[in-house]
Amino acid sequence: MKNLDRLFGSVKPLWGVLTLLAIWWLAWKAEVADPVLLPSPQATMASLWEGMADGGLWGDFLSTVKRTTISFALAAVIAIPLGIFLGSSERLYRSLEFIIDFFRSTPASALFPLFLILFGVGELAKILVAAFGAALVILFNVAYGVMNARQTRLLAARVMGANKLQTLRDVMFWESLPQTFVGLRNGVSLALVIVIVAEMFIGSTDGLGHRLVEAQMLFRMPEMYAAIFAAGALGYALNWGSLLVEKRIVHWGGK
Amino acid sequence: MAELRVYAIPAEAAPPAPAAPAAANEAPTLEERLRWFPPNTHITVRGLRKTFGGTVIYDGFDLDIPRGKITSVFGPNGCGKSTLINMISGLIPYDVGQILFDGKTLAETRIGYVFQNYREALFPWMRAIDNIHYPLKLMGVPKAERERRVEKLIASFDVPIDFNAYPYQLSGGQMQTICIMRALVVEPEVLFLDEPFSALDYEMTLLMRDRLQRIYQERGTTMMMVSHNLEDAVWLADHILLLTRKPTRVADFVSFDAVRPRTAETLSEPDFVRVKKHCLEVFQREASLR
Ligand SMILES: Nc1ncnc2c1ncn2[C@@H]1O[C@H](COP(=O)(O)OP(=O)(O)O)[C@@H](O)[C@H]1O
Ligand SMILES: [Mg+2]
Repeated sequence: MKNLDRLFGSVKPLWGVLTLLAIWWLAWKAEVADPVLLPSPQATMASLWEGMADGGLWGDFLSTVKRTTISFALAAVIAIPLGIFLGSSERLYRSLEFIIDFFRSTPASALFPLFLILFGVGELAKILVAAFGAALVILFNVAYGVMNARQTRLLAARVMGANKLQTLRDVMFWESLPQTFVGLRNGVSLALVIVIVAEMFIGSTDGLGHRLVEAQMLFRMPEMYAAIFAAGALGYALNWGSLLVEKRIVHWGGK
Repeated sequence: MAELRVYAIPAEAAPPAPAAPAAANEAPTLEERLRWFPPNTHITVRGLRKTFGGTVIYDGFDLDIPRGKITSVFGPNGCGKSTLINMISGLIPYDVGQILFDGKTLAETRIGYVFQNYREALFPWMRAIDNIHYPLKLMGVPKAERERRVEKLIASFDVPIDFNAYPYQLSGGQMQTICIMRALVVEPEVLFLDEPFSALDYEMTLLMRDRLQRIYQERGTTMMMVSHNLEDAVWLADHILLLTRKPTRVADFVSFDAVRPRTAETLSEPDFVRVKKHCLEVFQREASLR
């Protein structure tokens, strides 16, 4: 019994997927919706498989991964040090808080036209607009992590003779890491969202966003569903991956 | 080598003010108070003033902490015990006054500090051993020398702790032991402890205060320990500093010179009972005022 429990336990997430596929299949079979709009699961999976194998979908997938990774990395490299710097002086952060909150609350899509004018319709605009959105989320979280650093730890460092820079590097950075990872996880998700939207609307020739819009225009429904799945899987993998990295690095979290 | 330096204190600490001698019934000025302290004084506190917002905690506060002794600080809750040792150890600033260690400033003095909240005082991202190394690293001690010193310290402690574990993998007593080791590894001239046992259970408290006494006997480091437990305060101490309510003054400075090592039997010796009773009386008098 125990072994059986374990077996079912380890495949638990699969049950949900199978149920969804079954419902989908039944809905298709019963022709609940126009079969053109709702293709069969097997046709969609076949399209997903083909797209990945013959390179069409796979290529677009990779383009999106590349853009998301670059914009996320750019955002992290700028926002983490800046967040630590701003967070270490609460007065400085408070004076900039309104600006950060304002742009953090501005939908990134509203900034597309601005970035198009500034950086043209090329690759750069897409990456920068996604990096901008992600950077604000990361910055905000890092700064808060630093500002909420445990007072006792800062005092401990001070009494041991750490100067400002050493306190920043050896204590504040680590103290803010759990909150930093909250920012990184939100940041990478946001970067993906912005990249896909940018691929849809800022003259693109590749990427999942572009593929989705094209499939929609040409009414290739299995292809569109396949692209949606690919995007979903990508988002899930990014989230899961950053959680994994977080658990490894912030091993003391919640303890 | 601090020991080789000669401090012409107090004569030099005070500006040579040839002020007219104060009339006999006038209170001595700060300069005059600075010039005198008992022999074998390690820390001198003069004219200390500290306010939080509008509340005066200390005003015109003077104190002499003896060298190579354990001084316990005891007083009503919120009277400013932590504030006092935090000001002396430089964790918080004071408004007015002067604090000197053998005539040196804090910056010229090596100190150690043990916090009540060991969980929040250690760095959980470092292994226990690296926590102990850290203050030496800050001092710029080379790796080989650091390792030699830490090994020596660990050998002298002789405690069954996995030093490669992370702090959160250790028990409360083990964590506080790491904190004490981290404070001691720099061979401080003064060790400050703010309620070091109050987050530990009774059994662990007995063990830890015994350990602290052994460290003291081996090293003779000047220690200043805040405690809210009169038994711990008296048992460990050579002197008990009793404080009043705010605005805080010295209510009494009691000596307790039972031989060391003190044991569980010490607790029932007449001398201990007498000193503890006296402290309690002073405390109750001070706590019930107002
Ligand atoms: N950072 C602070 N801001 C305002 N008031 C404080 C602060 N720290 C301590 N106090 C006040 O100063 C008094 C002394 O505090 P403390 O030294 O912590 O007392 P204790 O003797 O219990 O250690 C208390 O009344 C406390 O409320
Ligand atoms: Mg206190």
